[in-house]
Amino acid sequence: MANALVLEDLNKTYANGFVALKGISLEVKEGDFFALLGPNGAGKSTTLGIVSSLVNKTSGRVKIFGFDLETQTADAKKMLGVVPQEFNFNAFEKVIDIVVTQAGFYGIPKRIATERAEFYLRKLGLWEKKNQSARMLSGGMKRRLMIARALVHEPKLLILDEPTAGVDIELRRSMWEFLREINAQGTTIILTTHYLEEAESLCRNIAIIDKGNIIENTSMRSLLLKLNTETFILDLKDELPDALAISGYALRQIDARTIEVDVDKNTGLNRVFQQLADQGVEVMSMRNKSNRLEELFVSLVEKNLEMKELA
Amino acid sequence: MRGQLLFTAFWTILTKEVRRFTRIWVQTLLPPAITMTLYFIIFGNLIGSRIGDMGGFAYMEYIAPGLIMMSVITNSYGNVVSSFFGTKFQRNIEELLVAPIPNWVILAGYVAGGAARGLAVGVIVTLLSLFFTNLSIHHFFITLSTVILTAIVFSLGGFINAVYANTFDDISIVPTFILTPLTYLGGVFYSIALLPGFWQTVSQFNPILYMVNSFRYGLLGVSDINIGFAFMMIIGFILVLAAFAMHLLNTGKGIRH
Repeated sequence: MANALVLEDLNKTYANGFVALKGISLEVKEGDFFALLGPNGAGKSTTLGIVSSLVNKTSGRVKIFGFDLETQTADAKKMLGVVPQEFNFNAFEKVIDIVVTQAGFYGIPKRIATERAEFYLRKLGLWEKKNQSARMLSGGMKRRLMIARALVHEPKLLILDEPTAGVDIELRRSMWEFLREINAQGTTIILTTHYLEEAESLCRNIAIIDKGNIIENTSMRSLLLKLNTETFILDLKDELPDALAISGYALRQIDARTIEVDVDKNTGLNRVFQQLADQGVEVMSMRNKSNRLEELFVSLVEKNLEMKELA
Repeated sequence: MRGQLLFTAFWTILTKEVRRFTRIWVQTLLPPAITMTLYFIIFGNLIGSRIGDMGGFAYMEYIAPGLIMMSVITNSYGNVVSSFFGTKFQRNIEELLVAPIPNWVILAGYVAGGAARGLAVGVIVTLLSLFFTNLSIHHFFITLSTVILTAIVFSLGGFINAVYANTFDDISIVPTFILTPLTYLGGVFYSIALLPGFWQTVSQFNPILYMVNSFRYGLLGVSDINIGFAFMMIIGFILVLAAFAMHLLNTGKGIRH
């Protein structure tokens, strides 16, 4: 399968001397749903900015579907759609004009641009607002407008920089469905997000960037397998007996009817339930204490920090 | 095929610009119409009637080409500087930067948009001037080419100003402290033949003098300077400013990190 995006030894040093990228290399396969994660200031936005031609690289190479961004600029750019983190449309323009104008920038004739704008605005629930000034839209609608605008030239690679920031849960879920749909139709998607649940739910592969270096680049499944311990919260039917203990597991009492249990991935949960049942404790419900990816993310970034300090 | 794509991109920028200044016509087209009407009434009618002839023409007739040119200059410049700075400020410049548009098409689109507003205002002011004086065209080609080339010069100037501007103050400094004095001293209201020799020489360093006189020659057939030299100067300005604007775009000055 071809590569949708290749970054080779990408470096970026800003004019003030800040080194944002330290020779990162990355490949994203065609058709992938890829997460690029990292803490604030790690280099995600710089990386995506270079790929989007908004930031000048210091050195290195970017290829989009085989086209070199430096020497085959127009061909490379045609393959790419970008949904930035911040609203960057003309707030005084009408919704339909923003989308049709963007198509024009890609050389798409107005008749085709108008048809496509209608398709994507309908798909994203904005058609009724087409003649409204963009500044009158809600935050969620503005995010969807930027997605429609990024798709109007039908790119093969879509970059989404925190597309659901500030969007309510219901809308976020519907956006996920839409993104899954266009990914299933063949659009490669690269996603950055601070909602790690979002990355875990949507993405098949993942890279984690920290302090200008890629510290992890693997499949989501492989990454999650690295997680040795998960913490579960159990809600109990009755108040805890005085001397509750479960051998082989760390257990903490949260309140009279709630406990927290650390479960090693090689041990499993059966023995927890067995021992609780033996002691007459009935479990009503159970949930993960935190998102699994979040735990991994934090541990990887902390590990990277410790290594830097040691060096 | 590639040409068709580039033309569509250029046309999209131009129509976006025209849509912008026509949408806010109260800010863009109406004020120069009111200002120039006041100029015609006060300088042309009230004061001009006491000044008498200049260059063999009634004062009103003499200043009309200069006033038309003044409105073209300020509006071409003003359109591009405010529009391109606004595009930077709202970050929708990113819409252009991610798209496969060569920098020269971006520049051409904005300059054409600025020239379109300059020419639209020029037509409005010309029509208004007909209420106050009779205008005949002495050399149609010179008149038309001067006004178009001048609109291009100042659109390019506005673009460069916008690239360097970081705040809204930065887009008003050049028009206030450079463009307006140069326009007033560029022979709009008088013939430089009235000035002492030293100031006549100094005036020849003012680029607007060549544009105003060339346009006046097109309409009235009189000029303080050689028309061929004036055209060379105007075209020279376009080449220098366009090259500099392209350099700024290619290096990403003010628009790329």
